[in-house]
Amino acid sequence: MKSVFRDYIDGIHAMLPLLPGAVPFGMIAGAVAAEAGFGPAAGIGQSVIIYAGTAQLAATQLVAEAAPALVVVLTGLVVNLRFAMYSASLAPHFIGLSFRRRALLAYLMTDQSYALTILRHGADETVTAITKARFYLGGAIAMWVVWLGATATGFMLGSRIPPSWSLDFFVPLSFLALLVPGIRDRATAIAAITGAIVAVAASGLVFNLGLFAGAACGIAAGYIVEARRGKKDDIR
Amino acid sequence: MSVTTLWLSIVAIGVGTFVLRLSFIGLSGRLALPVAVTRALRFVPAAVLSAIILPAALRLPEGGLDVSIDNPRLIACVVAAGIAWATKSVLATLIVGMGTLWLLQALL
Repeated sequence: MKSVFRDYIDGIHAMLPLLPGAVPFGMIAGAVAAEAGFGPAAGIGQSVIIYAGTAQLAATQLVAEAAPALVVVLTGLVVNLRFAMYSASLAPHFIGLSFRRRALLAYLMTDQSYALTILRHGADETVTAITKARFYLGGAIAMWVVWLGATATGFMLGSRIPPSWSLDFFVPLSFLALLVPGIRDRATAIAAITGAIVAVAASGLVFNLGLFAGAACGIAAGYIVEARRGKKDDIR
Repeated sequence: MSVTTLWLSIVAIGVGTFVLRLSFIGLSGRLALPVAVTRALRFVPAAVLSAIILPAALRLPEGGLDVSIDNPRLIACVVAAGIAWATKSVLATLIVGMGTLWLLQALL
């Protein structure tokens, strides 16, 4: 029993330094939802139903711009495609667990819970699936509680702040804060620059298709740059 | 957007996101992503985020885009990008970026 407890505590402990970063992000997600005219149920409920900050902010931004629902949904899902990648990476570690437990692990997946579990247990074959799952859950539940509290707080504060404060500007800013540290090589830098330029150039397109055009061209550009560099390395 | 459409959109994103998260974990390692797809997925965050950031920074309240270099939002974004790069801190990026916008709006 004691070691069960310790696995969870271990997970919470590893997550602690990452929680303060989620607080302003969650508060902004709540505040901009309030400004975009979401009611309290939708504004806070999306944190439970979607539970993904980038998707929530992107969707809120598009709702505020009066984009069609299909564009809102597709954008939300495109920014969450990375979860399929995390899922593929985590899957071998959770083999043998019940489907209900794996569904719970999946629902609570975040960038942070994925990264912590892979960094801690990814290379260790002696650790059992259940221990990894408890470690993951401890941190993931802590993140869920903090996220919900932060968005609810942000929502309540946000609805009282006048529009002249340009609170909506927090959305591109928080995306910048996520984007910039993630640019670690030339290929991701070119993906980002291409995405931005194409999105602006194509911003006149109907249904916000400029966003998808930018994303698609950015991904393609990054892929090509990386593939070419790979070939050069082969030649050397 | 009507309240019903808003809720339907939220639920659709929620269900779709859960399916994406569950995908491979749910299949319990019976399927793996092709290497080419994994490589392409690596560029999704950078490409999508920047495709949202720049148009949002240039967008005028009355519609259309302001591509002039004295656009306060654009200047604030450039300053914030520098802070994000130098500090890797979400909080510092938000504070400096928002502060720059407020300052420019007060001055211009």
